[in-house]
Amino acid sequence: MAAALSRIDPPSTPGLLALADGTLFRGRALGAHGRTCGEVVFNTAMTGYQEVVSDPSYHQQIVTLTAAHVGVVGVNADDEEGRGPQVAGLVVRDAPRMFASWRGRESLGAYLQRAGVVAVADIDTRRLTHLLRERGAMAGCVAAGEAARDEAGCVAAARAFPGLQGAALAEAVSVPEPAGWTAGSVRWLEGHVREGMSDAAGPEGHVREGMSPGAAGHVVAFDFGIKRNILRLLVDRGLRVTVVPAATTASQALALRPDGIFLSNGPGDPEPLQAQQAAIRELVAAGLPVFGICLGHQLLCLALGARTFKMKFGHHGANHPVRELASGRVLITSQNHGFAADPATLPAALRATHVSLFDGSLQGVELADRPVFSFQGHPEASPGPRELAGLFDRFAREVSAGRTTKGV
Amino acid sequence: MPKRTDLKSILILGAGPIVIGQACEFDYSGVQACKALRAEGYRVVLVNSNPATIMTDPETADAVYIEPVEWETVTRILERERPDALLPTMGGQTALNCALDLFRHGVLQRLGVELIGAKVEAIEKAEDRELFSKAMRAIGLEMPEAVFCRSVAEALQAAETVGFPAVVRPSFTLGGTGGGIAADAAELAAIAGRGIEASPIGQILVEQSVLGWKEFEMEVVRDRADNCVIVCAIENVDPMGVHTGDSITVAPALTLTDKEYQRMREASFAVIREIGVETGGSNVQFAIDPRTGRMVVIEMNPRVSRSSALASKATGFPIAKVAARLAVGYTLDELGNEITRVTPASFEPAIDYVVVKCPRFAFEKFKGAQTRLGTQMKSVGEVMAIGRTFQEALQKALRGLEIGAAGLERRGPELDGEGLTAALAEPGPERLFAVAEALRLGWPKGQVESLTGIDPWFVDQLAELVEVEQALAGRSLVELDAGRMRALKRMGFSDRRLAQLLQLKEAAVREHRQQLGVRPVFLRVDTCAAEFASETPYLYSSYEEQCEARPTSREKVMILGAGPNRIGQGIEFDYCCVHAAMALREAGIETIMVNCNPETVSTDYDTADRLYFEPLTLEDVLEVIAVEQPRGVIVQLGGQTPLKLARGLEAAGVPILGTSPDAIDVAEDRARFQALLHTLGLKQPDNATATTMAEALTKAEGLGFPLVVRPSYVLGGRAMAIARSQAELAGYLAEAFAAAEEQPVLIDRYLRDAIEVDVDALSDGTDVVIGGVMEHIEQAGVHSGDSACALPPYSLAPTLQTEIRRQTVALARALGVVGLMNVQFAVAGGEVFVLEVNPRAARTVPFVAKATGRPLAKLAARVMAGATLAELGVTEEKLPTMASVKEAVLPFRRFPGADPMLGPEMKSTGEVMGSGESFAEAYAKAQLGAGVRLPLAGKVAIEVAAEDAPGLVAVADHLRLLGFEVLAGAGTAEALAGLGYPIGRVEGELDGVTLALASGTGAAELRAAATGRKIPCYTTIAGLAAGARAIQRMREGPLPPRSLLEVAG
Repeated sequence: MAAALSRIDPPSTPGLLALADGTLFRGRALGAHGRTCGEVVFNTAMTGYQEVVSDPSYHQQIVTLTAAHVGVVGVNADDEEGRGPQVAGLVVRDAPRMFASWRGRESLGAYLQRAGVVAVADIDTRRLTHLLRERGAMAGCVAAGEAARDEAGCVAAARAFPGLQGAALAEAVSVPEPAGWTAGSVRWLEGHVREGMSDAAGPEGHVREGMSPGAAGHVVAFDFGIKRNILRLLVDRGLRVTVVPAATTASQALALRPDGIFLSNGPGDPEPLQAQQAAIRELVAAGLPVFGICLGHQLLCLALGARTFKMKFGHHGANHPVRELASGRVLITSQNHGFAADPATLPAALRATHVSLFDGSLQGVELADRPVFSFQGHPEASPGPRELAGLFDRFAREVSAGRTTKGV
Repeated sequence: MPKRTDLKSILILGAGPIVIGQACEFDYSGVQACKALRAEGYRVVLVNSNPATIMTDPETADAVYIEPVEWETVTRILERERPDALLPTMGGQTALNCALDLFRHGVLQRLGVELIGAKVEAIEKAEDRELFSKAMRAIGLEMPEAVFCRSVAEALQAAETVGFPAVVRPSFTLGGTGGGIAADAAELAAIAGRGIEASPIGQILVEQSVLGWKEFEMEVVRDRADNCVIVCAIENVDPMGVHTGDSITVAPALTLTDKEYQRMREASFAVIREIGVETGGSNVQFAIDPRTGRMVVIEMNPRVSRSSALASKATGFPIAKVAARLAVGYTLDELGNEITRVTPASFEPAIDYVVVKCPRFAFEKFKGAQTRLGTQMKSVGEVMAIGRTFQEALQKALRGLEIGAAGLERRGPELDGEGLTAALAEPGPERLFAVAEALRLGWPKGQVESLTGIDPWFVDQLAELVEVEQALAGRSLVELDAGRMRALKRMGFSDRRLAQLLQLKEAAVREHRQQLGVRPVFLRVDTCAAEFASETPYLYSSYEEQCEARPTSREKVMILGAGPNRIGQGIEFDYCCVHAAMALREAGIETIMVNCNPETVSTDYDTADRLYFEPLTLEDVLEVIAVEQPRGVIVQLGGQTPLKLARGLEAAGVPILGTSPDAIDVAEDRARFQALLHTLGLKQPDNATATTMAEALTKAEGLGFPLVVRPSYVLGGRAMAIARSQAELAGYLAEAFAAAEEQPVLIDRYLRDAIEVDVDALSDGTDVVIGGVMEHIEQAGVHSGDSACALPPYSLAPTLQTEIRRQTVALARALGVVGLMNVQFAVAGGEVFVLEVNPRAARTVPFVAKATGRPLAKLAARVMAGATLAELGVTEEKLPTMASVKEAVLPFRRFPGADPMLGPEMKSTGEVMGSGESFAEAYAKAQLGAGVRLPLAGKVAIEVAAEDAPGLVAVADHLRLLGFEVLAGAGTAEALAGLGYPIGRVEGELDGVTLALASGTGAAELRAAATGRKIPCYTTIAGLAAGARAIQRMREGPLPPRSLLEVAG
């Protein structure tokens, strides 16, 4: 009977999520076997699991996706946000046995397995989300295969996870050396030649020439765990992009003769990243246009004197309304952060530009007297709405304008 | 931006009668709009001809007009009420067209009435395919290749550009009326001709076929600060080629990558902005080529729609309510999310479940009509189900359809390869079952995908279900341990389907499952995938680990709804359920609604205290009861659906409120009912029951012809017919036995020229109060649901009325009715015969309530909950002060090939009401409301069975007196000549004919010709006679609109 009823029999390769508070969720293995620990967070986006899974900001986080089915369209080379999956683990309700999409090249399970990422399916993710909402993001251990049978061991491992408060993780996910990035957005179906992150782009994705390299100026992008779509959007705007390691100093950056500085998203707590904050202070003082996203936004705020704090369960989703204070308009944004800058601590020069309509938290700031601004959510989307893409336009304008005044 | 203070009074247009493509979703939307605007302090005036709606309740608006939704009537109402603004986006295509007419005739301008929600330019740009296509090009969006045509010749020429198959879409019609897909030139000529005819501007679009492409709908909401959100993306499982109303659809969209989804999202916003819908909800449809991802825009609706109702129910985001408030100036961020109560309405719902909608069809009612689905909507209702996975939601939806399916079992006879290929390639009402059957027979998935065009992912989901089913065959119950049982339930298998597969009784599976402790939990529809807490008990079942029902310990009553709309069971029953919820709530009793129809008011999350969106099967209802533990369950307001569950519920120990299941059985069981009538000394037509064809034919001899044939326990006169001879009888019996599903078939002596009378009554078990006595216009033999009826009776002698009341009271007492009861009588030769008794709410209840001003359904709910009529102050019948007429609305134009003749099988989809000082005035309004424009002059063409000819003399005289020229078909003219009544002959192409009567099978040709030329065509002499009275009234002057307060104050 076991063979015939395999679909309804207990999984031959069990999966487990153990939380630090002892709660257990039993399911079946989806990705690699083994076990990993991390902070468990939920993301409510209904599309774009590949972008979520490959987002380096999720380093050391176990992500549960609330969407009912995860894996329906498989994975493809164009939708990568990092070098393969970046999450510590993945927890889903249903991972269907097949995928179907004209863009799909590989199943989610195979993709995770290839990268050695542990994932579990058939979990009551709603109960899990409910629990995280009530008790806050929590340490957990995700295990698959034989490792999942040692439930007590998994709980103990989860308890041993130190948590993300105070964790400086940006350097762990950053590029080792400065590198050029030339790929723009993939323009399928828009009458353009396929370019950028195609299957042929190589494992780094850094190799091909983009469309209009550098015409609008040169941007040095600090890689704290940068999402590729940020780079693509910069290139789309005619910017030449050099990606630099998270440990790059201001003078090293300035030596690259940038027209603008970009501060990327990334994992972990911004507070311990003191060197980065110092670099940012110097770069702002140098008068360059600066644009920060997510962790980059938090670092900019810290650098200029504000404080940050850890949120209860953070913002992770693609449906968050944010008010643009200057216009009063509401924009639907993509969000992924567990730390936030405290608006009460902003120095006088740094003014709030955007506020979350879910909880009133700070979403964007700018300096009144300089072309320096940042956004807490994800204007590069991927996944999620692209309603804040205008921030990239603004940055490109500032970069070009600065260049003109400098007479370059 | 705060709300506008320059507006004081707003008129809202309803959608008129329920027709295919426009059903109770517009009552749901309209009610939300009325409530929202009144809560903002506006005076709301409502116009809708459909009495079975909640929106036409006296409490819904400040002034309610149950009057035709057409520009001349509405003009008179605007002149009386002088509102500041008109909101046309809540009443479907009917309301939009009416608003455009009011504008084109200068009425809005003359009276200074502002259109809010959608401006004329936006409506025109969205609805006129030529303007729309230009607008889409302007914003860089692609549409399928298409050419506008005004003649068949132009259409044939267009086909050279777009190729075959070619899609024909008439401009400005509802639900694709008159459209279709042409495979070749001959088909194109036929469809194009019909389409040009159907279009009010005589224009069609001949379009490149995108058959087989993936189809999506986006529900967009925009406010006047230009904030836009997508409430829901809906994916059609049936690809392009099947009207979305006829497609199985799923939310959220499942087979898109984020990049594709965002592209579609942005395109949706570009569309709403370019069309210029400044505030409110719109629906944008897209097709995507599954091989290349190429995306084209199909169409846009600048108003709330069936899809927006579905999206609202699927997400918990009340689009119509929000749209109404946006129309008066609010912005999205100023409105709260009523489910979370802590976040604003300016967000996009995130859902962590899957919603499946399945259409419900009624082809069995329209013999001769093609069952192939296309661009013209043909379904009459729909069911929605929520599950944590697609498989679970789909299987819940299938059992919620009430078509006898417990899951994916084979439907109908076994098909050979050719038959199955056709069933897959030519979409029909049960294609999904054919897909399952093919997979069961081991057909490769690829073959099924290419024949159906269904996305491989959905096919695989079905394949997986079929594989599990096959693995279960021959297994025993003990092999299903708790783990396996839970896994099966998580895939959505019903107890009944498992019982079929294991060859057991459903009860045995249920008992085993419950012993294993495998029970569903109830989860909340919360708009946010559990990110925020939800205070709103809008629930669905699933086999998960944590129950969120949190039932209260209050005194509570459960109301079982009516399930998907079908012919014979529609909005009237939802109206009754909603009224019960209102009345019990007012009485301080907590109400729990269980229903699965997404179109309805009953499934609005704030109608009852708690809403369970669940299929109405014994299994699903019992699980809700187990969690809620209500004091009792109301089964008599939702039509046959809950009534059928009464026995099972009672057997499970559930208290049934109101009339006992045994009394229901007495009324339904022919033998027990006969015994009861005998005891009471009441008459019924001579009749007999038979369980075999031979028995029926023998017994028929004894009764004599004509005879009425009917299966027992069926709805809406399913498979009922009048047989005039042994040969006819044999033909009808075959179908009757098939429909009867092993129950006996009844044969009654048919009472010729009898007047049929419908009575609704209320009883508390002791006292009986008549709700209303209605006289039918069409003679007995036409199904009561298809017959017009008058309240008060317009020709019935008072003594007979008194006798009818006496018999009704006697029946109610004898049956021990507690709640509502409906009795149908026939009066022939001065004698009263009982045709049938329904110990439940009838479809006439809302009409009686509107005509008399007495809320029967509310009172019934109170009585069922224990109040006496005396306590409620209801001691005597409330006689109406004005005349009211209810008229049926028929869908024949949707079913080319079906003969539009009325008979004992119900075919109407909806109804309208007209009221006035006289029967003639009320009938005239009812005709206009039903879309029948009676002529004031011209020629009348008549054809009836020869034996009916004598009945023509009076009406012919009346019409001649009114100045009409009366002509007859050959047979009828001869018969009349034989009676000494000479009459002209109908000749040629019906030139100058403005009215027709075509009765009986012999007049099919005239009926088709008149219908084809849109000439009002009666199929009964009684109908024409009433029509003549209406025409006489119309010639005396315009029909003054009357508010509900004036009709029944």
